[in-house]
Amino acid sequence: MANPKYNEALIRYEKHLTEISSQEMVLNMGPQHPSTHGVLRLQLITDGEIVKEVVPHLGYLHRCFDKHAESLNYAKTIPFTDRLDYLASMNNSHAFVMGVERMLGLDSKIPKRIEYIRVLVCELNRMASHLIAIGTYGIDIGATTPFLWCFRDREHIMNMLEWASGSRMLYNYIWVGGLFYDLPVGFEERCTEFIAYFKPKLVELDEILTQNQIFISRTAKIGVLPADVAINYGVSGPMLRASGIKWDLRRIDGYSVYPEIDFEIPVGKGEMGTLGDCWDRYKVRVDEVKESVRIVEQCLERLQKDFTRTAEFDPRALVPKKVNLKAQDYYVRAENPKGELGFYFVTKDKSDIPLRVKSRGPSFNNLSVISELGKGVLIADLIAILGSIDIVLGEVDR
Amino acid sequence: MLVSKFGSQIILKEDRNGLQPALFIDKADIVAVCLFLRDTEGLYFDFLSNLTAVDYETHFAIVYHLNSLPYQHGLVLKVELPGNRSLNELPEIPSLTSVWRTADWHEREAFDLMGIYFEGHPDLRRILLPDDWEGYPLRKDYEEAEKYHGIHIN
Repeated sequence: MANPKYNEALIRYEKHLTEISSQEMVLNMGPQHPSTHGVLRLQLITDGEIVKEVVPHLGYLHRCFDKHAESLNYAKTIPFTDRLDYLASMNNSHAFVMGVERMLGLDSKIPKRIEYIRVLVCELNRMASHLIAIGTYGIDIGATTPFLWCFRDREHIMNMLEWASGSRMLYNYIWVGGLFYDLPVGFEERCTEFIAYFKPKLVELDEILTQNQIFISRTAKIGVLPADVAINYGVSGPMLRASGIKWDLRRIDGYSVYPEIDFEIPVGKGEMGTLGDCWDRYKVRVDEVKESVRIVEQCLERLQKDFTRTAEFDPRALVPKKVNLKAQDYYVRAENPKGELGFYFVTKDKSDIPLRVKSRGPSFNNLSVISELGKGVLIADLIAILGSIDIVLGEVDR
Repeated sequence: MLVSKFGSQIILKEDRNGLQPALFIDKADIVAVCLFLRDTEGLYFDFLSNLTAVDYETHFAIVYHLNSLPYQHGLVLKVELPGNRSLNELPEIPSLTSVWRTADWHEREAFDLMGIYFEGHPDLRRILLPDDWEGYPLRKDYEEAEKYHGIHIN
């Protein structure tokens, strides 16, 4: 790089690392550390067991999503959106597809059955994503059993979604203007069976983890995130709600058929002493799984009664042969399991390839608060804090 | 309200063609405008959703998507920057890190991938790419290097 001005920050950072005092130590956590949930590298400046500063290093999983999206048309980009937050692929493609449909003016013409199927699979995926968050959080701080239980139940969801889309994790199921296929025959019945099976399992999970004294001592009053800090850092999703703010885009924006569905928005209440601690963030996720179960039940009921499968129903009827947009820009946002997922489109005139697509990953913003939360905590608590943020590196690095 | 506070010259132009109208602001005013938008009662744009750098080939643009949690409204601000392509003189704009901390990582990303220099940013290092990467990949005139540390890229 030619202009020395652009290197100043790097030199300052390197100088800062060499200038630590003799009782301090620079400790590398990651990129291969199991509790960083992927390839995240944290540089800790520690004094004994106290973390004085956290410097996150990202980019180990950077796959140039923005650049790919600039060279492919909209339909071909959908598989790439699946790989952003690979634990909630349905939600990613739903957000992307919504943006393109709104720019096309298609969003009001989508049949209700398609919208209900979309919400159904998105909520199933949200449950799967939260189950991973809860299970791996348990294993981060030493509880192995909930991890195995969560993965056992998640596997049922994965199998159902595989049945519908043909793929276990990266679905490419939601298309611009429709769906890849209608739900397979018998899907609704099997899904109802799963819900009946899953409800008691949630109670079990609650009993083993939520009120567990060891779990509470590891998470309560740890990593407290006040609401004003959360907002200033652009934190969203369960993390923001755990700080006591009722902000859910499914309600605020009311996209898709969410206005027709009855569900609560769980917020953190500070039951274990402090509002916005790790325990609150965990609890909000558990409550959200319960709400997702309610949403899935309502979707199934509507799909079986009002918008039933018919022989002439074609989920691809509205899929455009070529997406032809005038030059415009649009920012679409949706509530992902991790928070607000946004796509910012800048389109070219009479072209099906966008000029610019930027994805605003919720994990990217949620993770940026780690340097604030990690100041002055114990190293062991930093693991608990990082686990409670629930990041997916595929989305942080994009 | 912006006009009553700063006068009508603050808004360079408006864009009402698309689905989301946008205001164009001069880069010298952007920090004052954003502080005003964040702190004024009735506006309270306390949440910066997104910050994007766009390469229009003739010029660059920085796009801010603001949101207000208490009032649930949104606003789009745009700043146009000259399109000089030299790697020695990147387009410059004041940093918004002092207004929203969200801007910190988003500005680092814009610097990393698009080559926009944010004046006053506390820690403007590359964020996604390695520190010794050359060029800014999201620019339209970016050409891939053949080798990186002796390893072929393709």
